[in-house]
Amino acid sequence: MPVVHLRQPLKRLAGDRSEHAIAGATVGELLLELERAHPAASGWILDERGVLRRHINVFVNGELGGQDTQVDAEDRIDVLPAISGGSARP
Amino acid sequence: MTELLVGTRKGLFVLEGEPGSEFDVTGRAFAGDPVEYALRDPRSGRVLASVTSPFYGPKIWYTDDLAGDWAQADGIAVPERGDAALERIWVIVTGEADDRIYAGGDPGVLFESRDGGATFQLNRGLWEHPTRVHWQPGAGGLCLHSIATWPGEPDRLAVAISAAGVWLTDDGGATWRRGNEGLVARYVPDDVPADQIALCVHSLERAATQPERMFMQFHGGVYRSDDAGETWADIAAGLPSDFGFPLALDPADADSAYLIPLTADTDRVTPDGQVRVYETRDAGANWTPRSDGLPHERAYLTVLREAFDRSGHGETMELYFGATSGAVFGSGDAGTSWFDVATHLPPVLSVAATEGRQTDR
Repeated sequence: MPVVHLRQPLKRLAGDRSEHAIAGATVGELLLELERAHPAASGWILDERGVLRRHINVFVNGELGGQDTQVDAEDRIDVLPAISGGSARP
Repeated sequence: MTELLVGTRKGLFVLEGEPGSEFDVTGRAFAGDPVEYALRDPRSGRVLASVTSPFYGPKIWYTDDLAGDWAQADGIAVPERGDAALERIWVIVTGEADDRIYAGGDPGVLFESRDGGATFQLNRGLWEHPTRVHWQPGAGGLCLHSIATWPGEPDRLAVAISAAGVWLTDDGGATWRRGNEGLVARYVPDDVPADQIALCVHSLERAATQPERMFMQFHGGVYRSDDAGETWADIAAGLPSDFGFPLALDPADADSAYLIPLTADTDRVTPDGQVRVYETRDAGANWTPRSDGLPHERAYLTVLREAFDRSGHGETMELYFGATSGAVFGSGDAGTSWFDVATHLPPVLSVAATEGRQTDR
């Protein structure tokens, strides 16, 4: 299964684990399942519409991806705050 | 000792001091994140803060000990899988009923807590109002920023939304009706249907001793209502500008109001390079500048919607406001004289003075 890697504060909200093996075909499916499995993280990565928050970046095997990016069983997905996050008032 | 909770672009600052001299910074929280608003519930001592992380979205946090940990409040979200997402919580207000707390935000949402702020529920009456499709956002978004409770009557509320006007309920929020008669939106054509005019209310407050009376700072206009928000009369004559954001009232005097005019919607700084608070003690018939101790030259400050508050009442009422320059000013004598509370904070988004809080410092 693809593995989602989290850093703080998301790691703490997701059971204090940085690595989460989750079944799914796209980045969006993985993140939705991650938030379902860890309700404390609900709304932190995806908003109520299910849309990836604007200043969260997702990398798939080191390449910037998006919610619709396809993932395979061996893929590594890193979820990180974007450096653009502090540039303007949301 | 007075406690101020100052929300800034770069976190929450807790200030404490005595009127007349600069306050100490006695606490910080959420460093680096915008804190839109924070208040201490005087009934429980609990502090609640609205924090809009640029990364992780808007949340409300609460703590019973400012030196301890904060917990995230549950329920601060709009319904999932719809077309909207919660953008920001603008204001938090204590209700009349025990443990009742309200929070207002963007997109035009009201949340209610019945357990002191640990969990909130979305007000469905307003969320599902059939006119919502016509609501238009102001420059700051579709923000529900003012929540006026009715002393002794928990089911009666008035809320204001920029730019969807005033909404009134007498049944605890089950049903809502407009309260906009008399408001004049100079920024739209005359022939726009009344129910589709974007009414950009900037701030709304209710007089504590005469709840039918309310004051409003509008987007170009200052108004008073004497019938609980059903109709409004312009009371801006005598002010240097009828544009501005916050207002404050003396809870002991229903004829009082304080405003901080800005030059115009196209020039949102204090007029003429002078910082002046304007006071009325006759319900808006006359306005008097109160500026002794405030910057009186080369001062072009912007004071935002939630950045003005008071504690106490009468001649010793304390008034506090902050600017996006990072300066906070205070008065311990109902605006007669002013002093510097803080001079170099990050841009100030909100100021809340804790009512009746005495500390041993």
